[in-house]
Amino acid sequence: MKVLVATKIERCIGCHICSLACSRLVHKNTSWDNSGIRIHSSGGLSTGFQAVYCLACDPAPCVEVCPTGAFSQRKGGGVKVKRDACIRCGNCAEACPVNAVFLDVSGMPHVCIHCGRCVRFCPHDCLELVEVPPGKGVSESLSREALP
Amino acid sequence: MRDHFRIMKVDLSRGKAEIQRLDGRDDVAGGSGLAALIFGKYGLADRPWDHPEQPLIFAIGPLTGYFPLMSKTVCAFKSPYHDQYTESHAGGRSALSLAFAGLDALVITGRSAGPCCVAIGSRKFELQPAGFLWGMDVLRAGKVLRSMFKASSGHRSILRIGQAGENRLAMAGINADTYRHFGRLGGGAVMGAKNLKAIVINGDSTLDHPASREYADLYKKVFEQVIDTGMMKKYHDLGTPANIMSLNSLESLPWRNLQASSDPEAEAISGERFARDALLRNIACAGCPVGCIHVGFVREKFMEDNRYMYKQVAYDYEPIFAAGSMLGVANCFSVLNIMDAMERVGLDVISAGVALAWATEATERGLIGAKETLIPLGFGNAEAYKKAAYYLGTAANDFYRLLGQGTLKAADRYGGGEFACVLGQEMAGYATGELFFAAQSLGFRHSHLDSGAYSYEQKHAERDLEKMVDFLMEDEVPRTFLTSMVACLFARGVYRPEVLSECLDVLGYKELSGNMAETSSYIRRLRWKTRFSTGFDPDSITIPKRFYKVRSWKGPVDPEYLKALKARYAERLKALVQES
Repeated sequence: MKVLVATKIERCIGCHICSLACSRLVHKNTSWDNSGIRIHSSGGLSTGFQAVYCLACDPAPCVEVCPTGAFSQRKGGGVKVKRDACIRCGNCAEACPVNAVFLDVSGMPHVCIHCGRCVRFCPHDCLELVEVPPGKGVSESLSREALP
Repeated sequence: MRDHFRIMKVDLSRGKAEIQRLDGRDDVAGGSGLAALIFGKYGLADRPWDHPEQPLIFAIGPLTGYFPLMSKTVCAFKSPYHDQYTESHAGGRSALSLAFAGLDALVITGRSAGPCCVAIGSRKFELQPAGFLWGMDVLRAGKVLRSMFKASSGHRSILRIGQAGENRLAMAGINADTYRHFGRLGGGAVMGAKNLKAIVINGDSTLDHPASREYADLYKKVFEQVIDTGMMKKYHDLGTPANIMSLNSLESLPWRNLQASSDPEAEAISGERFARDALLRNIACAGCPVGCIHVGFVREKFMEDNRYMYKQVAYDYEPIFAAGSMLGVANCFSVLNIMDAMERVGLDVISAGVALAWATEATERGLIGAKETLIPLGFGNAEAYKKAAYYLGTAANDFYRLLGQGTLKAADRYGGGEFACVLGQEMAGYATGELFFAAQSLGFRHSHLDSGAYSYEQKHAERDLEKMVDFLMEDEVPRTFLTSMVACLFARGVYRPEVLSECLDVLGYKELSGNMAETSSYIRRLRWKTRFSTGFDPDSITIPKRFYKVRSWKGPVDPEYLKALKARYAERLKALVQES
C-alpha cells in the first residue's frame, strides 16, 4: 500500500496549494482547514513550514477509539473513513498524537486518506506517495533519494 | 458564491462590529470595484483623511481562493499623502484569510480611545487594548501578536504597523504577514490615526464550490497554464530583481537620486548576485504556486568570539532600486540592511529610499545639514542610511517628520523641489522616459502597475502622443478588472478575458462573466470618479525638472513631448469622469 509522505517539506514555500487541492478534490469544498493536509508556519513565516497530515500509524490510535467503526484500519497504515457512520464524537482527533485529524465546525473529522491527489499540485515536489511493503514502517520504506 | 457582498464593518469608537449585506456584485465585481462602492457609502469625500469616521477598507474578489494567483487584497482609504481616495494592494495570506473568514470586505471605521488590535474570523470579533504594542517595531510586534492570538496559526493573516504608522507618516505602510506590504500612500498612517496597531484575520471557515467536475477541471487547466507558461521561471527564479541588469543596460535604472540612469556597479545588486550570495529561500502568497517572494539573509557579527545574528529580508526589484541604486549603495547585503531598517519601522521602502536620495542631494548642495539629518548622508554610505531610516520612521525631528509626509513637502520648506524624484508620489524604479513619467504622475495609484507603460517603454521608442495616451487609457481597463477579482498582476498573461469569463461562469457568476467589458469600464470610471470627488486635479501635479534631464536608451527626454503627453492624459481623465 502507498502512503503520503512529505519527504521534502524543507522545500515548502507555503502556497497551501496541497491543502486546497485536498479540500477541493477529496472533501468537496474550498478551505485550508477541511483538508487532510494542512500547512502551518511555526513562529511566523521566517521559520519555515510544517505539514500536518496523517503519518499512517498501524495500528492507528484513532481507529481504536472510534466507537462506531467510522474510522477503520487501512492496510499499510492510516485509516479508511466512512462518513455516514461518524457520530462526530471527536475521539479520533483527541487520540491522534500529531493533530492530523481536523474537526470542522460541525464536528466532522477531516483526515488524509493517502489518495495522493495533492501530490501533483505541489510546485516543488515536497510530497510523494511511498510504497510501504507489508511489515515495514514508513520511515524504513523511504528510498535513499527521498530522504532529505 | 454570493450574488451580494458580505462585509464586516468595525466601529473602533464603539468597539463593535456588524455584518452587512451589500448589493452590487454584478456592477462592481469585488476588489477595486467593491472598495470604491464601499468608500461611496461610508467615505467622507470632503473631510480630511484622518477624520475618525473615514473607512479603511480591505476587499477581495469573487475568484479569491477559488483559483490560483487570486491571492491579493485591495486596501482602500483616503490617503494622508494627498488627502484623496486611493488603493494599495498586497498578498501574503490576507486574501485567503478574508475569504475563509466568510467576508468580501473588512471595513474599519471610528477611532479607538487608546492603542488597540482587532482579531476577526468567521466566528470571531475581538478588540483588545494594545498599549504595550505601541512604539514597537513591525517584527517585534509580529512576534507578540502571534503569541497573543494562537488560533488558526498558519491559516491567518496578521496586518500591523510600525512607528511610522503610529507617527501618521504619509510613507507608512501596512505590513502583511512579515514579507508583503500595503506599502504605498500611507495606509499605515490611517491605522495609526485610528489607534489600530494590528488586525488579525483568521481564515477559519469553509467555502462551498460547485459540485460538478467542471470546476475542478478548470482549476487544473488554469493551474497547469500557470506552471507551464514560464511564469514560474520568470518570477520564481531571479524574480523581479532580474530587471536590475536589463534596466541598467537600457539606461533606465535610477542611480543616486536619478543623477544617472546606469552605472557599472549594477552587477553588485543584480538579481543574479542576490540569488547567488543572499537568497535564503522563496515563499509564496497563499493560493499561489509561483513563490515569487525572495527572502534574503544578512549575517552580522555583533561581538567578538564569533557571535553572530542574522536577519531575513524579502527583496524585489523596487526595494533594491530604492535602497540600492537610488542611494548609490552597490552591495547586496548593505541593501538588505537598509531595507530591513525601513521595514522594521514600517516605512514603505520605495518612498523612503527615494526620499533619502533627495535628502542626500540636498545635503550635497548645502540646503540641509547635520542639524536636519542628524547624521551626515552621502551616496553609498549604507550605515548612515540605516540610521536615517530609523530617524525617518520614528519622526525623530521636524525635518524627518516633514520628509515622512512626502519629499515635496520637505522640498517646499528646504528647497530642492527641482530634484525631488516625485511622480504623484516618490517614483518607482523606471527611468524609461516620457511615457512612464506621465503614466506614474497621473496614474490612479501613482504606481508602475496602473498600466504597462513601464514595460512598453522598455521596448518602444516612438513618440506618438495620441497613440500613447490611448495606450494608457485602454491598458488600465483590463487591469482594473483583474484588481477587482483580485488577481496578482503577475498572472495577467494567464487570466486573459476568456479565461476570466470561464472562471466566473463556472462559479455561477453568469452576469459578470457575460458583461466583463462593460463592468471593467464601469469600475474604472467609478474608481476615478471617487478619486476626483476627493479633490484630484491632474493639472495640479507637476513633474520636477530632474525628469526633464533624464537620458534613457531612447535618448534625452523631450520636454515638450512630456508636457504634451501629461496634458493630454489629464484631459482624457477629466473627460472620463464626465461621461455619463
